[in-house]
Amino acid sequence: MEHFATLVALTLAAGTPLVFAALGELVVEKSGVLNLGVEGMMLAGAVVSFMVAAKTGHPWLGVLAGMSAAALLSIAFAVLALSLMANQVATGLALSLFGVGLSAFIGLPFVSIVIEGIKPLDIAGLSDIPILGKLLFAHSPFVYLSLLLFAAVHGFLYFTRGGLIVRAVGESPSSAHAIGYRVVGIRYLAVIFGGACAGLGGAYMAVAYTPLWTEGMTAGRGWIALALVVFATWKPWRVVAGAYLFGGVTLAQFQAQALGTTLPSQVLSMLPYLATIVVLALISRDAAAIRMNAPASLGKPYHPGS
Amino acid sequence: MGWMSPLIAVAATLAVGFALFSGLGKNPFEAFHVFFVKPVETMYGFGELLLKATPLTLCAVGLAAGYRANVWNIGAEGQLTLGAICGGGVALAFHDAGGAWVLPLMIVAGALGGMAWAAIPAWLRTRFNANEILTSLMLVYVAALLLSLLVHGAWRDPEGFNFPQSKMFNDFALLPNILDETRLNVGLLLALATVAAGWLFMSKSLAGFQMRVAGLAPAAANYAGISSSRTVWAGMLIGGATAGLAGVCEVAGPIGQLLPSVSPGYGFAAIIVAFVGRLHPVGILLASLLMSLLYLGGESAQMTLALPSAVTGLFQGTLLFFLLAADVLINYRVRIVRRVVAAPIEPAAA
Repeated sequence: MEHFATLVALTLAAGTPLVFAALGELVVEKSGVLNLGVEGMMLAGAVVSFMVAAKTGHPWLGVLAGMSAAALLSIAFAVLALSLMANQVATGLALSLFGVGLSAFIGLPFVSIVIEGIKPLDIAGLSDIPILGKLLFAHSPFVYLSLLLFAAVHGFLYFTRGGLIVRAVGESPSSAHAIGYRVVGIRYLAVIFGGACAGLGGAYMAVAYTPLWTEGMTAGRGWIALALVVFATWKPWRVVAGAYLFGGVTLAQFQAQALGTTLPSQVLSMLPYLATIVVLALISRDAAAIRMNAPASLGKPYHPGS
Repeated sequence: MGWMSPLIAVAATLAVGFALFSGLGKNPFEAFHVFFVKPVETMYGFGELLLKATPLTLCAVGLAAGYRANVWNIGAEGQLTLGAICGGGVALAFHDAGGAWVLPLMIVAGALGGMAWAAIPAWLRTRFNANEILTSLMLVYVAALLLSLLVHGAWRDPEGFNFPQSKMFNDFALLPNILDETRLNVGLLLALATVAAGWLFMSKSLAGFQMRVAGLAPAAANYAGISSSRTVWAGMLIGGATAGLAGVCEVAGPIGQLLPSVSPGYGFAAIIVAFVGRLHPVGILLASLLMSLLYLGGESAQMTLALPSAVTGLFQGTLLFFLLAADVLINYRVRIVRRVVAAPIEPAAA
């Protein structure tokens, strides 16, 4: 049982960066925008949070800085893709490539630095309860934060007027415009929110999960987050479930090594990527379900009055 | 007017570079000299410029064929790796008992390897409707791990002091040099031939025309009976083949063996090259020279100015951003209009 509790804790920890990034991208896509720059924004969030944490000694300040940096990058995307109506796929790719380059460049002096990261909770009494304490009260604060974010995103999208507006903008921007909503403005806010979430995911990896900075440390998690949104057919609870599933797959490689498997580590490291491909194919196979669940105007530029 | 936006983008990127170098406390003129002139002052440097432009051109021409048809293969880096693995595998298999025929066989194997890797996203897209952007990118990571597995394991040089690298290829498995005092090899001619073939295919062939129609007007293409799955297959396989060639050219050229990493991100840089080159083979050739210079400049800046060579990646991303922005300003007329809102504005929320 104790082992099981450890496994659960590790799975949650491994899945949390994906929860942040994918929930953010979900809101972006719900508003009808496809931002392929998640990987770049995560890396920007990771490097900036780590730098600020290392310089100031306040990891939470770093987290805020990382979120702001990623949000700033997302604004660059929004200006190009929403205001100037550039191709969203190309612009998102540019954002990812830019984020990879930028983070490698500014992060170089911080590569071998060790910081005091944000530790998992340790509540006297509660965290020490056998099994239950480990299952409920001993996770990283980010794990609780990601669950809060899930509740907030779900509640916002389905139980508030604002969420209805975001979804309307994503389904039919011209109708939303006709009844008086500022489509581009709302999409800006969604994109910035997505950027901040991606930055939060990156920051969690840099100041809590590892905690260190290495070039390209997100290792494709931004892209996996994008796949997760499709996998989840744009439903928040499935995003979270999928993120933990992938967290579990990432973990499987360490588990397998601990159990003394003869499989080379490289084969085990391939698992999350192969799993993404397989899952994406299985979900996408049902074209009708994808069409029904995907925001109808996803990826299409909108210009009021056109 | 379309050719202007790359020039505007380059100018804007240079302006950013100027500001960046100044901000880092370097004399920007000196830095520009180190970055853009010094690397190509010598014959050797000139050879390096063309040498690095070779894989970029190869990858980008193939990618452009796909992009024109709205087939978004962004996994050229992985297809390049597979090309290197397959080409390198042939070189290692016939290491002791080979001849002049090994090199052509390597080139074919590399192209096929790249195609095979690209066929996976093509199949997943046409059979399962899976987004090729995500699948082709995931395969980049898988390819890198596969290469790492081979050079750490089965293909490791037994006399290599346990370093994760293969044997050095035999002489007959290396691309012949074509210019003295440089490392420039036949790969360049292969790239130029690919540019010519790419131009013929995209501009003069029926299949190329059909792919362009599929990209510009999917509905019209459908109505005209152009098979969308054939378009996807063609777009992916062409990109895979050229990326695979690029991989062979790297391992049979400047590297000469298999290493855990065979490319400093050429497959990703080629995406930028394809866009900066306007998805046109000749434009791509010019753009790949520019991108190659960025790579060399990054190395030169690292040696002379103690700047991290990662500055190259920064410039690459900036260039693509500016290009996309410049495109818009060229394709559209900017007009300031009063906001068109029908009803009172709701408090936006997100």
